[in-house]
Amino acid sequence: MADNGDDEDHYRIKEGDYVVLKRGDIYKSVQILPKKKVIFEKQWIFLDNVVGCLYGNTFEIRSGGGLQLQNTKTTESPPDSKVAGTDNRNIIDDGKSQKLTKDDIEKLKDQGLKGQEIIQQLIENSATFSNKTEYAQDKYIKKKKKKYENTVTVLRPTCRILAMMYHGREPGKICHLRYDTLAQMLTLANIHANSKVLVFETCAGLVLGSIMERMGGHGTVVQMFPGGGPVRAGVESFGFPAHFYETLHEFPICHLNALEAGILDTFAKAPDAGEKESNMTAEEEDVLPGADPQGDSPEEQRMETVSADDKVQDQKKQEEEKRREAKAQEKKVKQEEKQRKLAAAAARLDGRNADGLVIASRFHPCPVLLRLLRFLSPSRPFVVYSQYLEPLIECYTKLKEQGGAVSLKLTDTWLRHYQVLPNRTHPRLLMSGGGGYLLSGTTVAPEPPAGSTPSEEPAPKRQKLKATEG
Amino acid sequence: MFFKVHPRLFISVLCLFRAVALAMSFVEYYEVIQDSDVAIIYLGHNSVMPVKVQHGAQTQTRYGVIRHSSDLIGQRYGSKVTCSKGGWVYVLHPTPELWTVSLPHRTQILYTTDIATITMMLDLKPGSVVCESGTGSGSLSHAILRTIAPTGHLHTVEFHQQRAEKAAEEFREHRVSHLVTVRNQDVCKDGFGVMGVADAVFLDIPSPWEAVGHAKAALKKHGGRLCSFSPCIEQVQKTAEALTDHGFEEINTLEVLLRVHDVRTVSLPLPDFGPDSSAHPEPDAMEAPPPAPSQTSINIKTTTPPRELPGHTGYLTFATKPRT
Repeated sequence: MADNGDDEDHYRIKEGDYVVLKRGDIYKSVQILPKKKVIFEKQWIFLDNVVGCLYGNTFEIRSGGGLQLQNTKTTESPPDSKVAGTDNRNIIDDGKSQKLTKDDIEKLKDQGLKGQEIIQQLIENSATFSNKTEYAQDKYIKKKKKKYENTVTVLRPTCRILAMMYHGREPGKICHLRYDTLAQMLTLANIHANSKVLVFETCAGLVLGSIMERMGGHGTVVQMFPGGGPVRAGVESFGFPAHFYETLHEFPICHLNALEAGILDTFAKAPDAGEKESNMTAEEEDVLPGADPQGDSPEEQRMETVSADDKVQDQKKQEEEKRREAKAQEKKVKQEEKQRKLAAAAARLDGRNADGLVIASRFHPCPVLLRLLRFLSPSRPFVVYSQYLEPLIECYTKLKEQGGAVSLKLTDTWLRHYQVLPNRTHPRLLMSGGGGYLLSGTTVAPEPPAGSTPSEEPAPKRQKLKATEG
Repeated sequence: MFFKVHPRLFISVLCLFRAVALAMSFVEYYEVIQDSDVAIIYLGHNSVMPVKVQHGAQTQTRYGVIRHSSDLIGQRYGSKVTCSKGGWVYVLHPTPELWTVSLPHRTQILYTTDIATITMMLDLKPGSVVCESGTGSGSLSHAILRTIAPTGHLHTVEFHQQRAEKAAEEFREHRVSHLVTVRNQDVCKDGFGVMGVADAVFLDIPSPWEAVGHAKAALKKHGGRLCSFSPCIEQVQKTAEALTDHGFEEINTLEVLLRVHDVRTVSLPLPDFGPDSSAHPEPDAMEAPPPAPSQTSINIKTTTPPRELPGHTGYLTFATKPRT
């Protein structure tokens, strides 16, 4: 909507924006904050200067970490070296072809020379450069560029960029989900606007964020999460507008049994003992120490040494009390908020009419799939990711046994990049394995309970009945 | 709206009213099959067929006949339908992926593996404006429309008149025509018919390098993404050169292949090594040796690759048009 015509503003980088820094194939996601130091590729930089510039702009890193907008057309003018050899029969590796020493290069750097200038110096001081073939010269320059160029491009985050970033930087955090596999998941699950999607992921929020991007703020996403709360660092990196979050619901998977049994209490103060306990420990950690005599003592000691004035002490105590009260109030509000959210998510699930299911976690996928599948309408796609093939074989077998799904497919994808250059085209690197496996399929209406083998079919309704009876 | 409302379906029928169109569409799910929907009949493993649902119509399958009025209309998508010969099929809600494996081929088509990669690498999402050529059989077009709905638009160009008309007709039948403009022209000569509006361009034509200039013109001045699909490396080479010449950046060629794993139980026989003398090396160990395991084979659940699999579809070349 803000995207029509020449709405320049939409393309400008603003303070608080989540952006992705890029150099070569290296990406890093950061938030633009004033005077914030960011490490990118072993360099300290400040992002203050990028505010107001356009997405896609490239900046040069100045000494002190400041960024300077690069003139758009100064790039890529390779030093015109017309002289080139035809082969390497006379090129000998004596380790002396580069006349500049390590110290010389450091000096050049300290002088604040630009990357391009350092490379020019290296070429001029290379005894063998002019004897190298044209292709070898190209390669030499490219290599040096990678080392000495100190520019950074600021990009708007997208699912493509973040998926590539996570896979490159922190594959362990996303269960080694390769970006082409993520692409398959979004398509196989038919993720699109105005649908209701269930997600269970432990991929730092990358999968959830990708789904939200594809839904564009239209529809409903229910995130089922394990443990104390959903992990969403990856979602933040997308920098979604606030209204996207209105479509996002969360439901703790530890309440699934209660929900299915129809005994989920969304009105009580603390929904279950487990949570109460975990709340208590949290409380003890950050709130109670003030009231605790042991916790108090160091503070008292300090106060005594700092001032013997009773008034000050009283004031401090009062403040302490106020703070504690405010905190308690805040906690109560938070708790109520949590309950409201739980009730809202439960309501979304209760219809058992979700339009899609995506699972990508470090947990065993089989129980997760079998449980969450019950919340889908018939004729809806689902997709399960696993880093390993074997658990998906189990899922496949169980689904075949219990029915309720057709078009089951166990797949993985194989991704190959190519170097495409005049006379130098060839595959670049092989990425087989490591990208993970997918099981996908489509739900169908469960068999009516009548007939020969009534026990095998856990139709959701009967299951629910059983659970309430028991 | 003359279908019978089953009480159980009352709520889902109410849900129908939240959307603009009142029936199935390729960009929105509906619960109940209605007259003039396109439904997908699932006949079994890897076997699906699309049907145009019409009052009074019949469809022949290998399991017998399906009578639309009684077997389809008013039923829920995902239901089991018993055919005349006692066999049964499932009737599924259409999706671009099911359409891809069931559509009538007028050309070679793109399959889901490439489509998924293209969709992500072109940064497509709701609201994206996309240019595509050629339209071909519309396999990719349906996937693009699904992703860019409800606010995006697809400008698709097909130089073959009959194919262009057929595609436009299909888009109407599938109730997505409000999201797409089909132009019958030569993209290499006449371009996409739009300038400076696209977030992404996709080319699947024999000489994409001749359309790179038009692609650049169609993209927004703020920049955008491009993808070209070519089966031959020489085409890729020429395209990459043209992209460089036109100032495109981040030029990247890749290939994605799908590997399907067939799940099965295999039985591995155990060889008979003959009487085992080493098991009781001490002659005074008088107790009888445990009887040899009666098991002569072991069953394991495993996967096998299909005997043949597609080894190459095409190279995907991606590039970014920088802001101009």
